Parts: sequence; structure tokens; C-alpha cells
Amino acid sequence: MTVLATRSLVRRRGARTVLDGIEIVLPGGQLSAIVGPNGAGKTTLLRQLAGLDSPDGGEAVLDGSRVDRLDAAVRSRRIAFLPQSASVYWPLLGRDLVALGRLPHGADLSRPLAPADTAAIERALARVGGTSLAARRIDELSQGERARLALARVLATEAEVILADEPVANLDPAYALEAMTLLKAEAVRGVCVVVCLHDLGLTARFADHVVLLVGSRLQASGSPAAVLQPGVIDAAYGVGFRTVDIDGIAQPIAWTYRGQNSSG
Amino acid sequence: MKTVLALLVVVLFLVSVATGPAWWPWRLGDEVGWAIVLDLRLPRAVLGVLVGAALGLSGAVLQAWLRNPLAEPGVIGISACASCAAVCAFYSGLAAAFALALPLAGILGAAVGIAALMSAVRAGTGTVSLLLMGVAINAVAAALISLVLALAPNPFAFQEIWLWLAGSIADRDLRHILVSAPFIVAGAALVLVNRRWLDALSLGEDAARSLGVDTRRLGLWFTLAVGLMVGAATAVAGMIGFVGLVAPHLVRARVGFKPGATLAPSMLVGAILVLAADIAVRVLPTSYELQLGVFTSLVGAPFLVRVTRRARSAWLAA
Repeated sequence: MTVLATRSLVRRRGARTVLDGIEIVLPGGQLSAIVGPNGAGKTTLLRQLAGLDSPDGGEAVLDGSRVDRLDAAVRSRRIAFLPQSASVYWPLLGRDLVALGRLPHGADLSRPLAPADTAAIERALARVGGTSLAARRIDELSQGERARLALARVLATEAEVILADEPVANLDPAYALEAMTLLKAEAVRGVCVVVCLHDLGLTARFADHVVLLVGSRLQASGSPAAVLQPGVIDAAYGVGFRTVDIDGIAQPIAWTYRGQNSSG
Repeated sequence: MKTVLALLVVVLFLVSVATGPAWWPWRLGDEVGWAIVLDLRLPRAVLGVLVGAALGLSGAVLQAWLRNPLAEPGVIGISACASCAAVCAFYSGLAAAFALALPLAGILGAAVGIAALMSAVRAGTGTVSLLLMGVAINAVAAALISLVLALAPNPFAFQEIWLWLAGSIADRDLRHILVSAPFIVAGAALVLVNRRWLDALSLGEDAARSLGVDTRRLGLWFTLAVGLMVGAATAVAGMIGFVGLVAPHLVRARVGFKPGATLAPSMLVGAILVLAADIAVRVLPTSYELQLGVFTSLVGAPFLVRVTRRARSAWLAA
């Protein structure tokens, strides 16, 4: 089983330390959520896990080998990455956008695709319910439909690890629930799914494991029930939380504003 | 589509050989006729294909790489840098000393231009900052060219440089082809083998890297490739603007906007545009033959205005 982990990971930007000694273990078959206030280092940590950035100390490892030193071709087949507000420059067709996920497997969009690539693209489209979007130009689609295709692009790689930076930001509740359900399904299939999230309600409901970052440090790590308690997150966000129990899941709701954000 | 475009290149090539003060020169059937074909018309047509292909492909790769539909060798100042370096080679006498000095100077100038541009703007940058940087680079190159012209030893040298700057492929010979073709072919090959990665760049830098693109190395390859193509083309033909802007735009929608698939057709359309423009300047009833670069700018500038208006809503957020 795939395991993505960090050991005393440190990242500095100038004089500022943006990640300070992060130690986490993210096994396959789980949906792990990285949460924390703005500027806590969530995106920085995710880029470290993706091997897009090298640490100033410590390491991020995939099954024991350093992610940032993996051969780019190997890494691209093992780790799929969905950046924040995943934008697409050209008004590609839906199918071509998803086909980009097959580049790590040698696909060339200027030529007819290999049967294996076509099959993976169809599977990914089917999984997100986007088969009908395949022949449409993405500039004619709604933001939710584009998010579906962006997710399909990531699924098409059929990687062991999926990293997504705020995949539900800017999505209406229906698309947000859909995206989280899809990511959770990937985790159930054995993929190591890691997601940066701002929505603690969705985190409580979908995450198997929660990593709470505050001011570039690891504040808490564990099950949603353990981490998303008012006692822990009140200080982290500088907000008084209340919890509502829905179907046995404690949903944290930001309730009282305390006028200061502990991340500074 | 590529077959149709290739056929069109062949047809225009033949028309180009046939067109001029002496129409269908081979019909003369004597030494003069063949001399016109071999020494005047053929080099001109071959250079039309080479220069057009180089400019069309350069425009396509710059637009895909910088993710900006306005990126074009002329607009962002790369052609001007190549010209500036070539003018210096003219003036210093290097160009007269050895044949490769002119294309090598052009290539160096073009590569410096791209490096300057990339040090100031990041790929995927907004249209405004790209164009402002282009204005700055164009201004510096133009100032340096003016300086060299002001220092020109005599009016004839001045006029020679001035006419060359305006862009033309008339009165060229086999040597011009020999000193430019290898560089243009090498640059084109370098771009075409990397076309898959241009598709990945449509998702932005981070996603492209996660798909296995070494963006830094790719940037070096493209700097070198565009330098080779624009540098060599400018060295033999002067500044021929807007071909690199127009060609990819005519192609893009027909290949589903896939950046990699835009390359080869843009190369063919570039060749078509330059051949057609070069035929047009010979046919137009002007008292002196219009310079090719002047003609493409007159026709191409309104196109730039149109593209600028459309370029606003570029990125599609998901």
C-alpha cells in the first residue's frame, strides 16, 4: 500500500519559515484533509508532497523515496496533482482536457490516442458523470462542469496518489458534494487522496484523517472527531466554534468572531 | 488539413517563381530565362517558404509557451533584437568578413531578446505586462539601430541597412539559403519534438510539472529554438512582422485549440502568407516594389487590434 509521508519537513521563504518541522503519514485508501487558516502553509505543504518544490530541511517521501528527487516521468505517473482554481488557458474540447492526464503515459494529443489511453479517458469521464461534456468546448461549460472535467483529468492518470488543492472552492453545494464524493470513492478504491480544504463541514463528513496546520506548524493530526473539536480549532482559527450533530457526525460551525486570527 | 496547406505552399511556390517583370521566365527558353529562374526567382521562393515557416512556427510556439495569444516575434521585440544584432554585424564589417556572421548575430540577438523578456515576465502572464515588456524591448532595439545608422560611414551604407530593415526576400541568392536553412530546420525540429509538453502547459506551470514537464529545460529549448528560427530568418530577410501572429490564429480553431497540434499547420500557413505577400508586392502597381516587411505590417496591424480585443477573457477558471 502506498504511503506518502513527511519527516521534519522545513520550508523557508526568505527569512520566514512557512513549514516548520511537519511530520505526517498519509496512507493509501484514505482521504486526508489538510485544513487550517489562510496562510498556514497548506498549499506549500501540498506542493512539497507533489514534489513540485524541494524542502529546506527534512523530506517528503513516497514509499520511502524522496518525492522531489523522483524521476519526473515516474513521479507524473504515480502522483496526480490538481492545482488551486485549476485554470485552462485554451478553450479545449472536454475530451482533450481529460486526455492531458494521459501525458505521463506517453499520449500525444496531436496524434490518434492509444486504446489504453482512450479507455482510461472514458473511464475517468464516466466516473465524474462527464461523458456528455467530452465533445463540448470548455469555454461553453459552467464552472461546475469544468471542475468535473478537471477532476476527470486527474483521474485519467490513474495514479496511486491524488493531491487536490481546494477542489471545492467556488463550487455550489451540489458540485462540492459531488466532487468530495468522487474523491472519497477514489480513496475507497485504494488511492492515497490528499485534499486542502477550507470547508470544515465537508472535512468532518468526508475525511478519514485530518491534518491541522496553524502558523506553519502542525497543530493536530488525527481523525476528524479528534481534530475538529472546538477545543482544538477555536484557537487555530481565532473563532468560537459550535458543533451540530448530523447523522452521528459532529459538524463544526464557526459561530463567534473573536477579532483575531491566531495565524497572524 | 495539412495536405491542403502543403499543396497550397507548392502552388504558391510555383506562382512565385513565375511572377515578376518577366512572367513565366522559363518560356523564354534561353539562357536568360533560366538565369532568371535559377538565380532570382528560385532563391526568392525558397526563402519565402523558409522565412514564412520559421515565423509561423515561432509565433505558434511563443503563444503556446507564454500562454498568450499576442506573443509574436515582432510584437514582443525579438525580431527587433535580431535586427539590431545583424545591423551591428553589418556595420562592424563582420558580415563582410565571413558569411555566417549575419545569421549568427541574428540568432544571438533573438536569444538575448527572449531571455530579457523571460527574465521580466513569467509565462502565462497578463497581456498588458507582456506587451509593455515588448514595447520596452522594441524601444531599446530601435534606439540601438538608430545609433548604428547615425554612425553609418556613407549614405549608401545607410540606405542599404535601411532597406534591409524594412524586410525583403528580393535579390537573394543560394548563399542566403545556405546560411539560414540549417538553423531554421534545427529550430523547427527542436520545437516539434517537444510539442506534447506545450499541451501540458495549457494547465499552467504547476500542473504541467506534475504531468512530467521539466519547465526550466523546456524554456531553454524554446529560447534556443525561437532564437535559431527568428534570428536566421531576420538575418536573411529583415523584419517581417505579424506573420507569427496571424498564422497560429488562422489555424487554432481548426485543430481544437490544442497547442501542440497548432505547430505544424502554423508553419505551413506562415509559408503561405509570406509567399502570397511576396507575390502581392510584385503584382501591386506601385512605382517601386513595396518592401515585404512593410506590406505584412500594413496588412497585419489591424489583425493585432482584433486579437487584442478578444484576448481579455483568456484563462478559464475551473
